[in-house]
Amino acid sequence: MQQFYDSFATALGLIVTIDPGLVEIVRLSLEVSLSAVTLAAFIGLPLGGAVVLFAFPGRRALVVLLNSLMGLPPVIVGLVVYLLLSRSGPLGVLGLLFSPAAMILAQTILVTPIVAALARQFLEDLWSEYADQLRSLGVRRDQALVTLLWEGRFSLTTAVLAGFGRASAEVGAVMIVGGNIEHATRTMTTAIALETSKGDLSLALGLGLLLMLLSLAINGAAYLIRDLAGHRQ
Amino acid sequence: MSGVALPLQLRGVVWKAGGERRLDGIDLSIEAGARTIVLGPNGAGKSLLLRLCHGLLQPSAGEINWRGPAAAEAAGHQAMVFQRPVMLRRSAAANVSYALKLRGLDGEDRRARAAAALARAGLSNLAAQPARALSIGEQQRLALARAWAIEPEILWLDEPTASLDPAATFAVEGIIEAMHRGGCKIVMTTHDLAQARRLADEIVFLHRGRLLERQPADRFFAKPATAEGAAFVAGTLHW
Repeated sequence: MQQFYDSFATALGLIVTIDPGLVEIVRLSLEVSLSAVTLAAFIGLPLGGAVVLFAFPGRRALVVLLNSLMGLPPVIVGLVVYLLLSRSGPLGVLGLLFSPAAMILAQTILVTPIVAALARQFLEDLWSEYADQLRSLGVRRDQALVTLLWEGRFSLTTAVLAGFGRASAEVGAVMIVGGNIEHATRTMTTAIALETSKGDLSLALGLGLLLMLLSLAINGAAYLIRDLAGHRQ
Repeated sequence: MSGVALPLQLRGVVWKAGGERRLDGIDLSIEAGARTIVLGPNGAGKSLLLRLCHGLLQPSAGEINWRGPAAAEAAGHQAMVFQRPVMLRRSAAANVSYALKLRGLDGEDRRARAAAALARAGLSNLAAQPARALSIGEQQRLALARAWAIEPEILWLDEPTASLDPAATFAVEGIIEAMHRGGCKIVMTTHDLAQARRLADEIVFLHRGRLLERQPADRFFAKPATAEGAAFVAGTLHW
């Protein structure tokens, strides 16, 4: 137990003194996860809405696929992206393996189905409420998509936050395609895994604390925004 | 938009759900002018009939055709008001403006028409309020203002006052009257006999998915042609 307290104290020290090594890791983690979630939102939200609004062959299959991809194991995504980006792979010429770009790509693949599937569920309910009225007003499908995304914007933040939670917490994908290279592709989760296996528990614990605080701060901010905006509605 | 889309003709219209004929063999012609009230007990198929006419549903069998010179753009000549008003999460004025935008109106023209419609519905002082924060009666007036703004040739109303108190019902009926005076064809469902007596020029009476009577209102109320019609007017037809 003494070791835990010692580690905890050292961890707090690292955070309070704004340890440069720690800052570097936190910054890269946020860059990667926020970029991936932004990309996933731009793809996943319209995709979820399109599945609701447009009739096309394979629509039901796509719904099932999106739902099941929500539970996609990060290591599988990492492996697939690794194969794509490795020198002999189809995208090997890009030379992206073991770079932040590769990590963003992997996390985007991981998170997009989560955002799309949650958006679809929510927008389906919204559409069943609005469909008759909007169709009566003469809405085209593409106009309806824009309207639904705008009308659902506050609830859709939940879908995006779920995606961010997934991206910021996963280790497997970024470890495989990033390689956990110091000063290059080391994120909070990969560093925690490494430091724990090395026995440097204080750095691992400090990073763990920060990871949880960041997640709390982002969710809290989103909740506040939604609450304030909800009152104005 | 120019020209008129009416009359609307229904021939042998059937609408089936789960093998059951919820509407059967409907022949009806809807012409401009008179206020048509679709009467009948719950489950008679009144809402279905309106949704089919408006184009929200497609008939399982039979034909629904616009016969007027502007039949091809009939969709642009209609509006519908539902029992429960559906408002977007934005201001009252923006809700009206949204409908106008879908009809291709822009800029100052759109703003002016939205403001005028709100004024006619007595909602100018609520224009900036979030639509969903309005009372249900105000929301229904807003739904009418939204419909009025697009200046439809025909307005379908599906039990528009069923969720409203007497004061709100009075206000809604006033707007419907004003639209009618402005030349808009009114087709409205109700199960409320007193309301039908107040508003109807002619009655279309439905029972169990069949059109049993179509009469001038005074004749229908004085001397219904069918036993079901007589029972409904007497208040003894429950289903």
